[in-house]
Amino acid sequence: MLEIKDLHVEAGEKEILKGINLTVKEGETCVLFGPNGSGKSTLLAAIMGYGTCKVTKGTIAFKGQDITNMTVDQRAKLGIGMMMQRPPNVVGVKLGDIVKVAGKGDDSAIKNAAKFKLNGFLERDVNVGFSGGEIKRSELLQLTAQKPEFVLLDEPESGVDLETIDLIGAKVHDLLYDPKACGVGNAVKRHVASLVITHTGQILDYIGADCAYIMRDGLILCSGRPMDLLKDIREKGYGECVKCRMVKM
Amino acid sequence: MQNGEDVKKALGKTAAYGSDIDIDRFDEGTYKPEQYENLEDAKEYKDRMTDVGMATDENNRSGSIIFIDNGMSHCSNKEQEGVELMSTNDARKKYDWLKDYYWTAVDPQKDKYTAKTYLEDSDGYFIHVKAGYAVKNPVQTCMLLNKNKSIQNLHNIIIVDEGASLEIITGCATSSHANDALHVGVSEIFVKDNASLKFSMIHNWNTETGVRPRTVAKMGKDAHFINNYVLLNPVGSLQSYPAALLNGEGSSAAFNTMCLSHKGSNIDTGGMVVLNAKKTSAEIMSRSIVKGGQIIARGRLVGNAPGAKAHLECRSIMIDDGGSSIAIPELEAHVADVEMTHEAAVGKIARDQIEYLMSRGISEDDAVSMIVKGFLSGSINGLPLSLKKEIDAAIEKANLGS
Repeated sequence: MLEIKDLHVEAGEKEILKGINLTVKEGETCVLFGPNGSGKSTLLAAIMGYGTCKVTKGTIAFKGQDITNMTVDQRAKLGIGMMMQRPPNVVGVKLGDIVKVAGKGDDSAIKNAAKFKLNGFLERDVNVGFSGGEIKRSELLQLTAQKPEFVLLDEPESGVDLETIDLIGAKVHDLLYDPKACGVGNAVKRHVASLVITHTGQILDYIGADCAYIMRDGLILCSGRPMDLLKDIREKGYGECVKCRMVKM
Repeated sequence: MQNGEDVKKALGKTAAYGSDIDIDRFDEGTYKPEQYENLEDAKEYKDRMTDVGMATDENNRSGSIIFIDNGMSHCSNKEQEGVELMSTNDARKKYDWLKDYYWTAVDPQKDKYTAKTYLEDSDGYFIHVKAGYAVKNPVQTCMLLNKNKSIQNLHNIIIVDEGASLEIITGCATSSHANDALHVGVSEIFVKDNASLKFSMIHNWNTETGVRPRTVAKMGKDAHFINNYVLLNPVGSLQSYPAALLNGEGSSAAFNTMCLSHKGSNIDTGGMVVLNAKKTSAEIMSRSIVKGGQIIARGRLVGNAPGAKAHLECRSIMIDDGGSSIAIPELEAHVADVEMTHEAAVGKIARDQIEYLMSRGISEDDAVSMIVKGFLSGSINGLPLSLKKEIDAAIEKANLGS
């Protein structure tokens, strides 16, 4: 579904990604671990095509098409969606207006705003004065309307209280799994692929994951089973973890 | 009354702001336009009227006055018991007391445009709301400039008596015939003690049209005035600087301006509020979009009495290069106990905001248009809902994304 080859990206005249190779298969959930500043968010932004990221070398392909030079909206129309960690305030543009346009005539997401605890937020300027949890729920409502085939989730559970994590976990689950299939959890087939940044791994309790990568200093250093890698990081920290894998490599 | 000779001398007086217009090169406007009993019958003008917020079926309107060039073409009134609607010259004949208002807010010697209007004895609309009467639906007035190469001179008087309230939607536009023509509109507004007036004006001119409105509102005790001004289509040269004089204790005024300056448009707009009485308050908000044209956004607050509170905001988005935007906020205080602030900002639309909307599958043009609409209308309170549609349509048409 997504295939990144030797991707080099500059942001603010500085090389942040130094040759990323990464593949996400259809319906697969892949996790990105890595210390702060390792380039995880830049990688997501580069896949979405944000102007702050300048690709200097390498390619990004999605569903077999080279999207390296596509505009953000072209990528979104192809089926890529993003849940931003810190989306910008857009004064004067209401959350409801975005959800409506993103839904392309299907207003089921708007009608379900209450299920995202966003009653009264549709008429508010998007992100302006929203709390951490409100931003997450608003991002998920927009994505639910958008119905992407592949989602980029940048720390979906960061900075929210325990109760909200339950709601967010459930909504991310609904986004990834076929709503028509019965049951909850890994047993049901996913129909949307994703690339998830998480530090705590909490979100994985809700959505499961198939593979994981550890990033450091603009490179992917290793890959493995998500729970194994998370255990290594928890026990040894990134420094040790990376050393271990480096030796192996 | 003024000395006619002195006013004649003022015919040569250039205005304080805006480019100078040679008024002698224009022909006299028509004084006897076609009369329309029913606005729906004014087929030739209907679209232009609708574009500037007029309800031609007159539903949800308390009354309507339409001027074509210099003469009244239609006058209807559904609230006879509380509201008087007629032409200014008819009102002068009918009411001797009108001399206490006539040319008492605007000085005829202010500049050549007011002098011309004075010397022509120009007609206009007269709106009077009787004391204590709350007018339910807005009164609509429309000033159509129909004759090319002509000057339209109008003199409007609005009196909202003690404890009364009124909303006016007024639209000024050129017809399909007129382009190189001049509109001069003098408006004298009196909002008495405990009265309120909401006045929303939309302009829709042509690429060569000159526009010189002259508006002054005099405010009584605890009187409130909201003035909305919208200009989104191309214009030749427009200069407008309405003023509100807060003479009564506790009175307030708000000027909200939204302008779009197209290539070739020269716009000099803004407003002044003079806080002459205790505990008065004022707000001047200006939002402009520059797409190749020139815009000067002025705002002046003068604090003359204790407890005065006022805020001024000029914000401008530059869509691309080739135009210019000048913000001139002025604060002037003559007593210590005042609280007056201003902020001004000029810049392009933040890229991250555009891309955020694009990441939801919205094209760049649509994203820019959504942000601009929000910037213009979302930030101005009290704009009639019916106008929002017209504003959105004008922004769509302006094709700001490209």
